Amino acid sequence: MAFIDLSRNEIQAKLVYYGTGRGGKTTNLLYIHESMSKQVCGKMVTIDTKGDRTLFFDFLPLSVGKIMDLSIRIQVYTVPGQVMYNTTRKLVLRGVDGVAFVADSLRVQRQRNIESLENLAENLQGEGLDIREIPLVLQYNKRDLIESNIPLLTIEEMQEDLNKNLGVPYFEASAVKGFGVYETLREISKRTIKNVIQKVGGQLER
Amino acid sequence: MHVEMNTILDASYMGNLATVIDKELLDAGAEHVIIVDVTGNLIMERGNLHMKDISSLAVLSAANFAATAEIAKLIGEEDFTLLFHKGDRRSIHFSRFGKEYIIITLFDDNVSLGLIRLKSGRAIEELSSILYGNEGRQRWPL
Repeated sequence: MAFIDLSRNEIQAKLVYYGTGRGGKTTNLLYIHESMSKQVCGKMVTIDTKGDRTLFFDFLPLSVGKIMDLSIRIQVYTVPGQVMYNTTRKLVLRGVDGVAFVADSLRVQRQRNIESLENLAENLQGEGLDIREIPLVLQYNKRDLIESNIPLLTIEEMQEDLNKNLGVPYFEASAVKGFGVYETLREISKRTIKNVIQKVGGQLER
Repeated sequence: MHVEMNTILDASYMGNLATVIDKELLDAGAEHVIIVDVTGNLIMERGNLHMKDISSLAVLSAANFAATAEIAKLIGEEDFTLLFHKGDRRSIHFSRFGKEYIIITLFDDNVSLGLIRLKSGRAIEELSSILYGNEGRQRWPL
């Protein structure tokens, strides 16, 4: 649910990074937080357990320019990826405007990626949203591991598994090294804001 | 719970909310008052504190409500409508109103919790009638 405050000329939208446990959602946010100027990005809040897994969510507020004279504020969240935390994921998805799905390129995670995407579709449906209609991008993370001997899924395999029916933009990335992180954020922000403006455009004429 | 789709609030609407908050809470000695929705959107803030991390406060407050709602379910309640955290010098009082909004009041030890509870109850009655129309006034009385 985007929120538009005409007294401050501001639009707030909610982005959620979704995906399997240990897939790199928090690392995406950390990279953005560390590399963006402090004027653009606020304080990162993270609620995790000792084992560096996200317990509740991570949260990062960003101010990213203007559209139709409205300043855009984007609230970026991650969800805990572990299967057992589904209630928490549902809570974080409440009022979501756009989703970046972070898929783990490790071959051993193949089935978990598919299950996590199915879980996303199911939880969105619980919110009255359709995965085929909500702004969505895919990120194939950990591509830097291709230089090591760890077996990775090919891009074609990941496209076949995850994007065959959706046909949304996808990005190869390494959240640890930083490549693909901004491309993902830029595309999902763009799509989300465009979608919000389309939905409320008529009501904004003052 | 489904939250209403995109919300647009115009300047006069926000002005009405601000008047209620000023009159009921800030004049009674509260330091800062924030209205957020249950998804963590900051709707408005009033008061004297200059808080850089106001969006984090909004989001964590909404999350706090969501988490305690799960505790409520364990004891047979749907959720809790009021939360209070006491600090050494500054305390924080959260009150949900309607299904979608939370009013957060920060106050120091010069003001009693009882006064804040009383005043936020009154503020909620007036805010509900603004945010939900006259119907809201009847649905969420004190």
